[in-house]
Amino acid sequence: MTEAVLTDTPADVAVATGKSIDKPELLSWDSRARRMVTIYVPLSLFVIVLLFPFYWMAVTSVKPDYEMYDYKKYNPFLVHSPTLENIRKLLFDTDYPHWLMTTMGIATAATFLSVFSSVLAAYAIERLRFRGAQHVGLAIYLAYLVPPTILFIPLATMVFQFGLFDSPLSLILTYPTFLIPFCTWLLIGYFKSIPYELEECALIDGASRLQILWRITLPLAVPGLISAGIFAFTLSWNEFIYALAFIQSTEKKTVPVAILTELVTGDVYQWGSLMAGSLLGSVPVAIIYSFFVEYYVSSMTGAVKE
Amino acid sequence: MDATVDTSLRFVPRQDGRLSKLFDSKPFLVALCMLPTAGLLLIFLTYPLGLGIWLSFTDTTIGQKGEFIGLENFVSLFHDPVFWTAVFFTIFYTAVATVGKFLLGLWLAMLLNHHIPFKAFIRAIVLLPWIVPTVLSSIAWWWIYDPQFSIISYVMVNVLHISNHYYDFLGTPWAARGSLIVANIWRGIPFVAITLLAGLQTISPSLYEAALLDGASGWQKFRRITVPLLMPILSVALTLSVLFTFSDFQLVYAITRGGPFNSTHLMATLAFQRAIPGSQLGEGAAIAVSMIPFLIVATLLCFFGVGRRKWQQGSGND
Repeated sequence: MTEAVLTDTPADVAVATGKSIDKPELLSWDSRARRMVTIYVPLSLFVIVLLFPFYWMAVTSVKPDYEMYDYKKYNPFLVHSPTLENIRKLLFDTDYPHWLMTTMGIATAATFLSVFSSVLAAYAIERLRFRGAQHVGLAIYLAYLVPPTILFIPLATMVFQFGLFDSPLSLILTYPTFLIPFCTWLLIGYFKSIPYELEECALIDGASRLQILWRITLPLAVPGLISAGIFAFTLSWNEFIYALAFIQSTEKKTVPVAILTELVTGDVYQWGSLMAGSLLGSVPVAIIYSFFVEYYVSSMTGAVKE
Repeated sequence: MDATVDTSLRFVPRQDGRLSKLFDSKPFLVALCMLPTAGLLLIFLTYPLGLGIWLSFTDTTIGQKGEFIGLENFVSLFHDPVFWTAVFFTIFYTAVATVGKFLLGLWLAMLLNHHIPFKAFIRAIVLLPWIVPTVLSSIAWWWIYDPQFSIISYVMVNVLHISNHYYDFLGTPWAARGSLIVANIWRGIPFVAITLLAGLQTISPSLYEAALLDGASGWQKFRRITVPLLMPILSVALTLSVLFTFSDFQLVYAITRGGPFNSTHLMATLAFQRAIPGSQLGEGAAIAVSMIPFLIVATLLCFFGVGRRKWQQGSGND
């Protein structure tokens, strides 16, 4: 279980599965045509269907209006005269840059708060091994199963009472409720994989517990910290219902909420700006994801396997 | 789960160093380390959970403290056809979307488990629907489902000539329900595929070789080797997927907001609509609380029903 988190690197995966699993099939019936029909055709269909909405988003966001609504004259799949007008409108005529900064700030703060708390909690549960640590671990896992949709109403009343309504702080403090359980569980897995002997050596050398955490365990758990961090960041970036319920003023909204509530106005939808906004709002998570895709996949599968 | 580390080595007597005795005492350290997590989760998760249940028994509205009214909220919901439509659609949505996601996701996982060129790249881009903010991809789906300029209709009518009219994807109840489920399946496939792929990769190829030598057919290999060995990871993925599909909010809120005629309300969107724009916090809380029994039953069914095998093996296989 623990190893899964560590060994899910692409190299291992390729070596462990791809080739070796193929062999028996090669023996039996692997003709080129059959392989084409059973693997490549369905796979390409999957890729096309899974990516098409993004392509459509991108194409729409650079189309001028006259092209967007005239399928007879212009092939809708292509852009004949690309324009940046939609994006310009979005960046200069709306609060979009502001929303991006707000979202970035909230996501960063919530991520740091969650990773910090999770590191300490995971270390206490996995390494200090106090009495009842397992139950605490289980309770944190159960907390992960509580969906935000049953919490937002009572949280809204609390946010009112604390005077946090319409303040970014309300989101920074509530996002950890779904980030901490995930990060803690992920980090417990990482800590488990670090040999305990290292800590014993440090103990014998006279290091205190906190020194061990700071000097020995954390440096070794850096991949885990990165996984937890990017996961927490993307989850906060994508969060919707709390941001919809707790924030009211236009300039304080997060990107997903703002696009849906501020750009969708009246009966005529500005599809060009909407698509440009969706595309730009997706770009930050997509960039982070593309840099850390292996950490992302391993944390996702690792956490599920735990 | 397992306590395999030798506990006798834990309390090594140590010359007193520079650091205060306080930081060496384990209870203090444990308390210190658990403090942020316990504080945040207790205040913003456990307390609101209880508060939500309490609110569902009151007539709280926004800006006005409510009074205890017993089961009144639940009684009025019981006679509310919109609520029952939402309950029905939530279950229907969860069931159909989960089946779709897992069938297609398993298929995709098995395709990705073959030796194919650019495998790492394909695996990476396939996850995009999962990582992009749901609301933003939902807006793209909304545009795809546009009654006048739907690209699907365009392909059907003008390219493939299968149909002669544009579809009204979101205009009638059943069409809208189907459209939402398709969007949800689209969003969920990557998660299922990538987690099941991780499970597939732990299955030793020698099992398939042995089966091949014994003359097993492709279906037999799938049924007798792949499926049983996938069960542990499948049960966890299924539990999470059912849980989050059942409590879904974003997708429906972004695409239909419950319309047409309240036919696509999920319990979560209905709770939101009654509680925040409708300012009936008590009633909204009652709807949210009615989700809890369903969630518990669904979780237990998925986890113990499908994952029984792993559970019986105990914690040794961790």
